[in-house]
Amino acid sequence: MKTFKIGGVHPEENKLSAGKPIEVFPIPQKVYIPLSQSLGAPSKPVVKKGDVVKVGQMIAQGEGFISSNIHSSVSGTVVKVEDYPGAGGYRSPAIFIDVEGDEWEESIDRTEALNKECALSPEEIVGRLKSFGIVGLGGATFPSHVKLMVPAGKKPEFLIINGVECEPYLTSDHRLMMEHGEELMVGISILMKGLGVTKAFIGIENNKPDAIGHLSKLASSWPGIEVHPLKVKYPQGGEKQLIKALVNREVPSGKLPIEVGCVVNNVGTAFAVYEAVQKNKPLFERVVTVTGKSIPTPGNFMVRIGTLVSALLVHSGFSAEDGLKVIGGGPMMGKALTNLDVPVVKGTSGILVMPASESKRMAEQSCIRCSRCTTVCPMGLEPFQLATESERAFYELAEKDRILDCIECGSCHYTCPSGRHLLDHIRVGKAAVAKLIRARAAK
Amino acid sequence: MNEIIIYSMITLAGLGIASAVILYFVAQKFKVIEDPRIDIVADILPGANCGGCGFAGCRNFAEAIVKAESLEGLACPVGGAVVMGNVGQAMGLTVEATEPKIAVVRCNGSKAHAPAKVVFDSASRCSFAHSLFSGESGCPDGCLGLGDCVVSCHFDALHIDSETGLPVVNDKCVACGACVKACPRGVIELRYKGKKDRRVFVSCINTEKGAIAKKNCEVACIGCGKCVKVCPFDAITLANNLAYIDFEKCKLCRKCVAECPTGAIHELNFPTRKEPVATSEQSDTTT
Repeated sequence: MKTFKIGGVHPEENKLSAGKPIEVFPIPQKVYIPLSQSLGAPSKPVVKKGDVVKVGQMIAQGEGFISSNIHSSVSGTVVKVEDYPGAGGYRSPAIFIDVEGDEWEESIDRTEALNKECALSPEEIVGRLKSFGIVGLGGATFPSHVKLMVPAGKKPEFLIINGVECEPYLTSDHRLMMEHGEELMVGISILMKGLGVTKAFIGIENNKPDAIGHLSKLASSWPGIEVHPLKVKYPQGGEKQLIKALVNREVPSGKLPIEVGCVVNNVGTAFAVYEAVQKNKPLFERVVTVTGKSIPTPGNFMVRIGTLVSALLVHSGFSAEDGLKVIGGGPMMGKALTNLDVPVVKGTSGILVMPASESKRMAEQSCIRCSRCTTVCPMGLEPFQLATESERAFYELAEKDRILDCIECGSCHYTCPSGRHLLDHIRVGKAAVAKLIRARAAK
Repeated sequence: MNEIIIYSMITLAGLGIASAVILYFVAQKFKVIEDPRIDIVADILPGANCGGCGFAGCRNFAEAIVKAESLEGLACPVGGAVVMGNVGQAMGLTVEATEPKIAVVRCNGSKAHAPAKVVFDSASRCSFAHSLFSGESGCPDGCLGLGDCVVSCHFDALHIDSETGLPVVNDKCVACGACVKACPRGVIELRYKGKKDRRVFVSCINTEKGAIAKKNCEVACIGCGKCVKVCPFDAITLANNLAYIDFEKCKLCRKCVAECPTGAIHELNFPTRKEPVATSEQSDTTT
């Protein structure tokens, strides 16, 4: 079975909510919609205090090349535009909306009917994704229209659809593939048209045989779309690893997948593309997995952007106790939340609650040179070396050892028998090296 | 027999002379001329190699002084005026007196004033914590208390107080500025040491709105501006909800300290104020 060649780990899967169908989460009383929800520059608000907005109305506009529009997820009145603490506790501007009813923009098609035909030209598809605020829903929230704008001189050959969901616990993509497979196929065909490619590969890990079977059956009636089962290995959902696994090509250091003729999109993104192009629906809701061993009823929910995490947790029977760790995202790459009243954003794929017994880190001990971190690094780096270089502030050396190639998957950190804080050091080092390079470029 | 000894002596002597001639010319060719004053200045400097002057070490600093032929903008924070005076003498230059400085921690968010709401579970490093979250108390600007400044200090001038969780600067501080660079939040500032070590400063750098800042820390500067009004020397400015006392203008009158509603303005090493004599006490004595 296919997989990427170097490195990788296999943490316990713990897909507690895999069998739970997607439930529509009740509309909250108020939402907080942050203005910085995608990679790149924050969006600029186009509504002000007192404005009445409808579901799907644009409330903030992306500025600059890498930036995206943001749409209201509810109907109601804008209370204010003010700073609100995000997952890390740092404040950033957000639009506060008080909800009244559920009135959608008339242009949005709310019927369930499957619309297979897409009459738009590739340029119109790119424009639609841009104006409807579609971003990569795999976690990195890279604006999708930018991915479809292929730089001059490069030629895309394959569209790769990421249905890997290699993070333990998370099941939102799995459920989406099971319940919205047909829409997904249409979304993929639209992305293929936008890129001008004739081949699309869907990569799904072998721990989701039902999704592989379901999508393979659907794909047989769509020319050019193939489903490939992959061996279960983290971090197969990283785009470089997925390209290696599916088409056996290696993205050169510091380059984008288009360099080897590939464009990677998540299944969630493909579904959002279908809704934007065929149903005129901007990205204002997404599937979020609420899970963890401390959660009585784990589940998958279709949640409006801006809903508070605390509301999701209460709905799932969560009760606060000391020592719990609540993580936005999966256990490997997710970030701990400092505050439960943070809003769900476009990049929130799951909320994971770790019980007190599992939330503590190991005590840090000396490196015993076992080389496990080097063995598991999917980018072929030497994490122990990078961590030490970063700790000692040898940033030029770290740059030479390609610290910027690190995808922050945390495999080294996960596998270290001495409990060393490898990724923490590397992250600090990456920021410092990036700063160094910027300073050099400015000269 | 004698011939062997004579021949070998002549050969050796010849070799020696030839090598001496070659070495002489090589030495002439590759001669490095170094200004002897660099050695003299480097000997005067303390040799701490702390980098506080802005150069990689004391010798680099000495080279810079000799090259510049002037002491303008160059100062050794460790040696202070005494060492710079000696350097000036050796170089035949006059030195302007610089006011000595010291590191000041501009945060008073101790464990009691700014209680922790979450627990940080990683290595004890401010740089990690700063890149991950706003801090255990929720203040996004305040001291994280994990001691990056203590590690950076070459002079044992900083330690973390176990009770407050904040760094304390002692009189070993030479104002080299290593801690200022090490602090990811910019909490530490170099300010004038002041006469008799007396200093007045705003012990907060939080720029959030007053109500939000106060929610996380009861001794935060809330940007009310009372101190700005009361200052007779225009030394205090208010920007981004935060007051700042310019140490070059401040005359240490301490009017602002009494005015501050949250106690964010600190005075150090002043004698305790005389309590105003109660009038009732006076009346008691007369009766």
